[in-house]
Amino acid sequence: MTEGVSKKMEHANAVSPWVSFAYLVAGVCFILALRGLSSPRTSQRGNRFGMAGMAIAVVTTLVTHVPQQALGLVLTGPDGVIASTGPVLARLDTVTLLEILAAIAIGAVIGLVTARRIAMTAMPQLVAAFHSLVGLAAVLVAIAAFLNPVAFGIADIVTPMIGQPFAVINRVSRIEMILGVAIGALTFSGSVIAFLKLNGSMSGKPILLPQRHLLNAAVALAIVFFAFGFWSGQHAVDFWLVVALSFLIGFLLIIPIGGADMPVVVSMLNSYSGWAAAAMGFTLHNSAMIITGALVGSSGAILSYIMCRAMNRSFISVIAGGFGAVEGGGAAAATDRAWKRGSAEDAAFLMREAAQVVIVPGYGMAVAQAQHVLREMADKLKEAGVRVKYAIHPVAGRMPGHMNVLLAEANVPYDEVFELEDINAEFAQTDVTFVIGANDVTNPAAKTDKSSPIYGMPVLDVERAKTVLFVKRSMGGVGYAGVDNDVFYRDNTMMLLADAKKMVEEIVKALD
Amino acid sequence: MDFVSILSVFVLACFVGYYVVWSVTPALHTPLMAVTNAISSVIIVGALIAAAAAGAPGAKWLGLLGVVLASVNIFGGFAVTARMLAMYKKKDRPAGTVHK
Repeated sequence: MTEGVSKKMEHANAVSPWVSFAYLVAGVCFILALRGLSSPRTSQRGNRFGMAGMAIAVVTTLVTHVPQQALGLVLTGPDGVIASTGPVLARLDTVTLLEILAAIAIGAVIGLVTARRIAMTAMPQLVAAFHSLVGLAAVLVAIAAFLNPVAFGIADIVTPMIGQPFAVINRVSRIEMILGVAIGALTFSGSVIAFLKLNGSMSGKPILLPQRHLLNAAVALAIVFFAFGFWSGQHAVDFWLVVALSFLIGFLLIIPIGGADMPVVVSMLNSYSGWAAAAMGFTLHNSAMIITGALVGSSGAILSYIMCRAMNRSFISVIAGGFGAVEGGGAAAATDRAWKRGSAEDAAFLMREAAQVVIVPGYGMAVAQAQHVLREMADKLKEAGVRVKYAIHPVAGRMPGHMNVLLAEANVPYDEVFELEDINAEFAQTDVTFVIGANDVTNPAAKTDKSSPIYGMPVLDVERAKTVLFVKRSMGGVGYAGVDNDVFYRDNTMMLLADAKKMVEEIVKALD
Repeated sequence: MDFVSILSVFVLACFVGYYVVWSVTPALHTPLMAVTNAISSVIIVGALIAAAAAGAPGAKWLGLLGVVLASVNIFGGFAVTARMLAMYKKKDRPAGTVHK
């Protein structure tokens, strides 16, 4: 027993410099993976760096942690000569290795099938689901480390005068573990709620519990309290309470947040999954995990920041939730004002005569799956000699870059797609803006009306174009923020009221 | 490694992450999330250690389950990122999608 223990401690603690070096290489590969994303041209190579890094990390861990005899058996033992080196242990280790490989294979099949089948419009849900898996994996690893700390090299065996020897986990490791398990659990339950909301299995409307801020604060305090308890005494009950309460707070934090704030939530959970990995990396003294955790953590944090800036809202106010839950008076006033309705033929005529058309897609385009037919329309226009560009608001859709992926899926060349700040000045020289499935991100009230809930949000200046074609299902509905959009009633606006996909299909027909 | 050297790796990696992520083009923010997802599954290292260790059967099974979850993420994450990135094309389109 003691011999086995000391051997395992050796595996975890006295690692050869080559092992640390291998993990460092893996970490650098991950940095290069993100670096590749600076341009679509280099991005695929970046992704391959990421895969290579992961392969290095996994193989290094297997080689150092599955006891050597097992590998020796696999390499040399077709006819059972290994009997002299301890057959029982050797056979046991092969089983372990096979179990692990089977576990990887199961995960690989599920992952690859999902990745191949998933529709691009379902990408936000998929990412949320993947975040939940990272969170849960972090929780499982932390629990395993708690149950078998010696294997992780984070504990000393203390043999008391009376009774069994027991493992005392290092103080620092206790903090790292409890942080890892808490962030992991929060990431898991939060991502599950985000997944359900994005998937439509749960209403996207904010769910507001009474006294929710008080409740959240109480739960957070309790987590800190029990985490402190675990740090000081290594009591199992403190550990499990932190796990349970962290699951609870992840749930409580995400239910009050509405659908269109999901880009922030998804980015935030992305960040958390990174910090969870980093915390476990501290526990295991593993540089690959720490580097990755830091990369992913900052990536998610920066994306959250970009999303918040694009809505002119503070991170705190998004996380506090409840935005758009109270309907403004704007919705009722919607039908009182005069507006013009156009037909597909009108739209086709206007766009064919234009020198430049800018298409502004939003979440509605994703819902209607209109991206492919939209690209057909753009192709027809280009044949007619019209210059076509796409303008993307950072928070259009349900996750950062959502619209870009959908347009790329529909074969829209990425150099026709522009970000808000690159194209906003061009609307004044544009003949037709074609808004499809977007609303709040085009609302001029954000520039002029100080009382509007979206005041200060950077918006696309669609109304500066000679004509605005606004595809919308009906005049009744308002955007996520619950505010009326002045663009509907302008002289140069023509409303195209129909399902986004049907309307574009009709325009394509009319362009023939 | 002692705590301070680990902390230095962490802090420096945060700075690297900050600058690298700001250089990512906004058009690739969705693939960025997918790939960060895949690489954060490096947590599989911890799951593998738990799964390979003898002594505590409970921890071993949790480790194996963790390996399955992290593998879903690793294979799924990289595959879906590759699928997305393959869609981003420049104006000169490859044969097959030519203009009529």
